Amino acid sequence: MSIIVAENLSQSYPVAIKEPGLRGTITHFFRRTYRNINAVQDVSFNIEPSEVVGFLGPNGAGKTTTLKMLTGLIHPSSGTVKVAGYDPFRRQEAFLHKITLIMGQKQQLIWDLPAIDSLKINAAVYNIPDKEFHRRVGELTEMLSLESKLTQPVRKLSLGERMKAELLAALLHHPQVLFLDEPTLGLDVNAQVGVRDFLREYNQLYQATVLLTSHYMADITALCQRVLLIYQGKLMYDGRLDGLLENFAPYREIYVELSQLLPAEKLMSYGDIQLLEGRAVRFIVQRELLTRTVSRILADLDVIDLTVTEPPVEEVIGRVFKSGVV
Amino acid sequence: MKNMKNSFKKPLTLLTVYYSYMLEYRSELILWVLSGSLPIILMGVWIEAAEGGNFELRAVDFARYFFAVFLVRQLTVVWVIYEFEKEVLQGKLSLRLLQPIDPVFHHLSNHISERFARMPFVFLLIGLFFILYPQAFWVPNLANLVFFTLSVVLAFALRFLIQYTLAMLAFWTERATALENVWFLFFLFLSGMIAPLEVFPEAVQKVVMFTPFPYLINFPASILVGLPVDLTRGFLSTLGWLLIFLGANRLLWRAGLKRYSGMGA
Repeated sequence: MSIIVAENLSQSYPVAIKEPGLRGTITHFFRRTYRNINAVQDVSFNIEPSEVVGFLGPNGAGKTTTLKMLTGLIHPSSGTVKVAGYDPFRRQEAFLHKITLIMGQKQQLIWDLPAIDSLKINAAVYNIPDKEFHRRVGELTEMLSLESKLTQPVRKLSLGERMKAELLAALLHHPQVLFLDEPTLGLDVNAQVGVRDFLREYNQLYQATVLLTSHYMADITALCQRVLLIYQGKLMYDGRLDGLLENFAPYREIYVELSQLLPAEKLMSYGDIQLLEGRAVRFIVQRELLTRTVSRILADLDVIDLTVTEPPVEEVIGRVFKSGVV
Repeated sequence: MKNMKNSFKKPLTLLTVYYSYMLEYRSELILWVLSGSLPIILMGVWIEAAEGGNFELRAVDFARYFFAVFLVRQLTVVWVIYEFEKEVLQGKLSLRLLQPIDPVFHHLSNHISERFARMPFVFLLIGLFFILYPQAFWVPNLANLVFFTLSVVLAFALRFLIQYTLAMLAFWTERATALENVWFLFFLFLSGMIAPLEVFPEAVQKVVMFTPFPYLINFPASILVGLPVDLTRGFLSTLGWLLIFLGANRLLWRAGLKRYSGMGA
């Protein structure tokens, strides 16, 4: 049985618009005009327990709005949601015990106190007995390599440590469903990897369902077998990550190192040149033409080295969003 | 029994954690205590006035009254509207809403534990006050102390509830604190903070007693110094206003949440 069921979800909300200049300001003061933003339109999907699903889309595509509907912070304008069998918007206690929401740019930890104090509050709020509280904190601290950090004031932690402490606080009640909105925002590469590894381990250990949005494609490729692609409020793709590449990236890259310099005009006949630096060339070639092109290059040119790679995912997604045709 | 223990655990944890939070601001606490010394300044003004003019109250009565006002203010300071407005505008309320506890309990325990953190400084000032002005020293009788304690707890509850109700307007306007500032002006004059209500014309006194203001300061302060008060009426009015604001608060809270989520949470 699916743990998350979203059917024909739509959400639109009014946003005040203000014309620039003094005149606009005065009009804005007396009579506000609002424009309806269709943040999400007719989105449907099901997520099975213990699945890790990535939510992809450019800024303003409707990812956060969808997460807010799934957590019950906002009521869908139309359509239905069920999470773990509950209607999220009623925010029943049993439902709140089963979920968590982690937002990369919003903190719940008390800034001037050590994280352990905020954790104590969470333990009390979620009725976690003392013994169990210490066990969980110990376990999660180890998984997050946060030892000795919990007794420092949160403001003294690095951004990466703070995010990990936020994760600890958000997971103390062992939720079954994790909603993560840009959990690695602003973190350096090491910290990103740390958060990613932790999420993977947590998912395997507790069979928790994870739905996460991220700008960093590496988060998605490292964690999610399945992706939901959302663009301008509409669900464009729902399926395996490699399927997304098949569908949207019928290209391959061929990297060739030549034994001698050749003019671009001569190389153009083999494919789109993406890069030409001295004797190094990178071609973009349609997948169907790949074998033929490779044999032509090997036959015609004096090649030292040749590799074929898939283009990086962010490039593919970027191309998809840029062209607007999905 | 286990449930009993659990139901105490939540408030106790909240209070102890927020107590340590407040102790992080030790030095600020002194300033906050001092910033509440307007009554002491007014005391000087009124003592002067009492010595010159003819009021029903003697100079020493004014001194005691304003001392009591100072104490009541220290015990009932409320700032929930500033915190709440910030949470709404920055969207932090969203995270709070996903916890199985009403966010008001965070604010409430924050306020209550601040009281405990503030007390040592308040006692220090009280000591200093009586050293500088020993004529004003007096020992209130036990009954007055008991009623004072009760009335000050209720005054805090009412002040908190009124401000938290105004705070709900943050769901509709970006500057709910502006309303608090207007409200504070009325509070300043009608609560008995600037002058004891006894010196107001009788007609004004009568009208003011129908508003919630005198029960926030004048009522508890008068009990402590032993000025004549109508205890029954005072307590019943406080309770009545508490109920009215509790109702308004819950209605606005529900409507506000709808609006909050309507605007995209």
